Amino acid sequence: MKNKIYLSAIVIFLIFCFVIFYNGLNRSNVYTPKINQKQNLPKFEAKDFYSDKNITSEELFKEDIFYVVNIWASWCVPCRKEHKFLMELSKNENIKIIGLNYKDNLNNAKNFINELGNPYSKNLTDKNGLLSIEFGAYGVPETFIINKRKIIVNKFIGPINKKTLNQIRKIIK
Amino acid sequence: MKIFKIFLLMILFINIANANTDIKDKNLNNKILKNIRCLVCQGQSVYDSESEFSSTIKLLVKKKINEGKSEKQIYEFLRERYGDWVIYEPELNRNTYILWLLPLLLFLLGGAIITKKLK
Amino acid sequence: MLASQLGYYSLILGLIFSFILIFFATKELTSPSKRVDQNIIILSFLQLFFVVVSFLCLIFSFVNSDFSNETVFNNSHTAKPLFYKISGTWGNHEGSLLLWLLVLTLFIFLFIIKSNNQPKKYRILTLLFQQIIIVGFFLFLLVTSNPFNYLFPVPNEGLGLNPILQDPALAIHPPILYLGYVGSSIIFSASLAAVIQNYINSEWAKHIKKWVLISWIFLSIGIMLGSIWAYYELGWGGFWFWDPVENVSLMPWLTLTALLHCILVLERRLLLMSWVVILSIASFTLSMCGTFLVRSGILNSVHTFANDPARGIFILIFLFILIFLSLGIFFVFHNEKNKDSKNFFWLSKETTILLNNWFMMYFLSVVLIGTLYPIFLDVISSDKISVGPPFYHKLIVPFLAPFLIFMVFGSKLKWIKSEISNKNLLIIFFTISIIISFLVTKNFQVDLFLYTILIGTSLFLFFTTTVEFFNKKKILSQTVAHFGFSLFVLSILLNNITSSEVTTNMKVGERYKYDEGVIFFQKIEEKKESNFNSIVGHFKITNNRGDIFSLKPELRIYNQPIIVTSEADIKTTLLKDNFLVMNTVKGNEYFNIRYQVKPFMLWIWISVLLISFGGMISFLRVKNEK
Repeated sequence: MKNKIYLSAIVIFLIFCFVIFYNGLNRSNVYTPKINQKQNLPKFEAKDFYSDKNITSEELFKEDIFYVVNIWASWCVPCRKEHKFLMELSKNENIKIIGLNYKDNLNNAKNFINELGNPYSKNLTDKNGLLSIEFGAYGVPETFIINKRKIIVNKFIGPINKKTLNQIRKIIK
Repeated sequence: MKIFKIFLLMILFINIANANTDIKDKNLNNKILKNIRCLVCQGQSVYDSESEFSSTIKLLVKKKINEGKSEKQIYEFLRERYGDWVIYEPELNRNTYILWLLPLLLFLLGGAIITKKLK
Repeated sequence: MLASQLGYYSLILGLIFSFILIFFATKELTSPSKRVDQNIIILSFLQLFFVVVSFLCLIFSFVNSDFSNETVFNNSHTAKPLFYKISGTWGNHEGSLLLWLLVLTLFIFLFIIKSNNQPKKYRILTLLFQQIIIVGFFLFLLVTSNPFNYLFPVPNEGLGLNPILQDPALAIHPPILYLGYVGSSIIFSASLAAVIQNYINSEWAKHIKKWVLISWIFLSIGIMLGSIWAYYELGWGGFWFWDPVENVSLMPWLTLTALLHCILVLERRLLLMSWVVILSIASFTLSMCGTFLVRSGILNSVHTFANDPARGIFILIFLFILIFLSLGIFFVFHNEKNKDSKNFFWLSKETTILLNNWFMMYFLSVVLIGTLYPIFLDVISSDKISVGPPFYHKLIVPFLAPFLIFMVFGSKLKWIKSEISNKNLLIIFFTISIIISFLVTKNFQVDLFLYTILIGTSLFLFFTTTVEFFNKKKILSQTVAHFGFSLFVLSILLNNITSSEVTTNMKVGERYKYDEGVIFFQKIEEKKESNFNSIVGHFKITNNRGDIFSLKPELRIYNQPIIVTSEADIKTTLLKDNFLVMNTVKGNEYFNIRYQVKPFMLWIWISVLLISFGGMISFLRVKNEK
């Protein structure tokens, strides 16, 4: 009798393991940070891209609208591809796009903007990459959506494309 | 036998409490870097990796240590932004009680079985 | 191309032989003759033969850079040196599965011809169970991982083998590891057969011991080779990272070690019968589980093969079929009626073996839970956590001290009932060990209490086993293996506390002064090899004692695929390793230099060899006893 209990317990446990493994297979094992994890907008101070003056996050995000933060660099190839979508997005009146220029040469970055257009209402320099870490980024390009209550509600890793552009549009309505 | 077992448990207990098996790195810095996962690499710590991301993290940790932040605070900072996945040592929290305690429970269970067998 | 055809059809033939073998073997079970039908042996040989042919065909295709073969295309390149073209055969998913089949069929053939003095039904049943595994792998190979897929149009050039895998240690690591890892399949099959035949007794233990030893020895050496590769090739100065793939090879090793010790008990007394069966089943189950974890894409690791969930599902189902099958057989057939009624006396060798198993199973649970928990957590709550080295260290290291102490008593105690002779000598040794340990440890900035105990207990085992060598009545294999283990722990501990490291950025011509000496960056040399360009840094390091080391780390730029690797220069001597790695610093003429001095590294490898050597001694003794 005791043996039968052991056996049943083991069988149930094994079936449980099987189900877990089976489900585990169907999940991606490439880690993408919890996109749903709500994070507060970090408090920081950064240098303005053009004027080289310090500006605080309070000043930058003072308006009661949706903000889009985009991390980019002139040396980053996918950033070129996504730029036109950013230009599209910038036409939207009720949001502002803040750019974070990541580990870049200022002249190259300025040329990039001159060549492809400026969707950014404000641009910041992040020479050593620390500012992107504040946002929880780990590469470039990455884009963050910040809602009116100053919470990061969405992260997009990699370049924006048509699909993600539509997703962003839905969020910022 | 019982005394022996108690003695054993004592040694274990003290050892686990003290288990700072990483040699006290002349640098707290290095110890922390070895505990952070390089998120753009395939299974390397920030300490061992030369990637862009890792060099930024190395800078960050140095800065935080200079600001006087503790090891725990630095891990907390990174966990807030990247999730628990970024730190190699799993924190003892609601999610990980089973992880840390199950092996020890099994150990005690094994001990109980053996004591029964020896009676 | 012809080779691919030949290889493919050989595999089909091998599979057909499996079915024929199963048919004949089932008939044999009910036949009255006492000897195994000659046909079965011939069929088993033919099956092995065709798998060998298939394997040789794949090697042939690699050597000839036959890119009409998809596997060759994905994993090779005309500019690969010959040695690595050959080893590239098993350095990929499909080829390594063919290696699995090779070892599976080889072992069952060897088993059949070497077990003539064993009961016929037992041998046939072993063959049957092994064939079930073999059929599973044939199907897995042919259905999801065919090494002979045809590519048309035939590409001119292959995608190349990852240059990090072009290393001698890594080239022979899979074959040796698989002899151990896959070899545990025969123990699995044999134990299930023995359970059905009610053959779990001393005679069976004596017979199966050889197989356990073979599997265990090769697994030990295989794991060591993997670590040596990681140390010499990956350039971070470590040799074990508790990476899932490493853990997966360690777990069967833990169960096999526990099993080996239990077999010693079963050889002499009818005890631990159920446990022996459980460990036998567990070893191979863990191997299969490991194969699943590594090849299915469920885990993220440096070592994983190409990920494919379809393959994962196949192995998962196969794995669970084997588990349920073995569980079923165990519960239906196993009985302990003949168990030795005398129980364990607490002070005896049997007890220390129980203790060994207790600790081994604990270590196994730590590694198993650490490796699998993230998967479970992710599926249940979508939270991703990492379980890295600090977890394993915290849970395993403290338990080493009592474990080492038990090892000392294990060799001293006799079977059934014993007392400790030379109690005083042992106490003296223990005290001396702790004192020496304390005196050494206090010179370094480490946790004094923890390291004193750890080094002390390993010294204790070290001294007692050394003294044992002079004892005429010693068991040589045990002494050598335990001595090796004490040396292993000692080397790692000492290496841990005495290693030092310096990191800095330098450019050519600079001298950098650090605590123990000066590093002089002499010059840069550029070289061109068959499949890469390299930048070699020439460094001269002079330490405060006047020793001069000349080290030449390299940066290699491979052309197919385009990868840049950093090759450390490591000077290994009996006492220590000097280790220098060089990396570029972005946008600079500076190079990032990491210089490490790592004492006792060589002893870590030597001690693992000693442990395996102990196993070999035991194996030769068992052979001679027949």
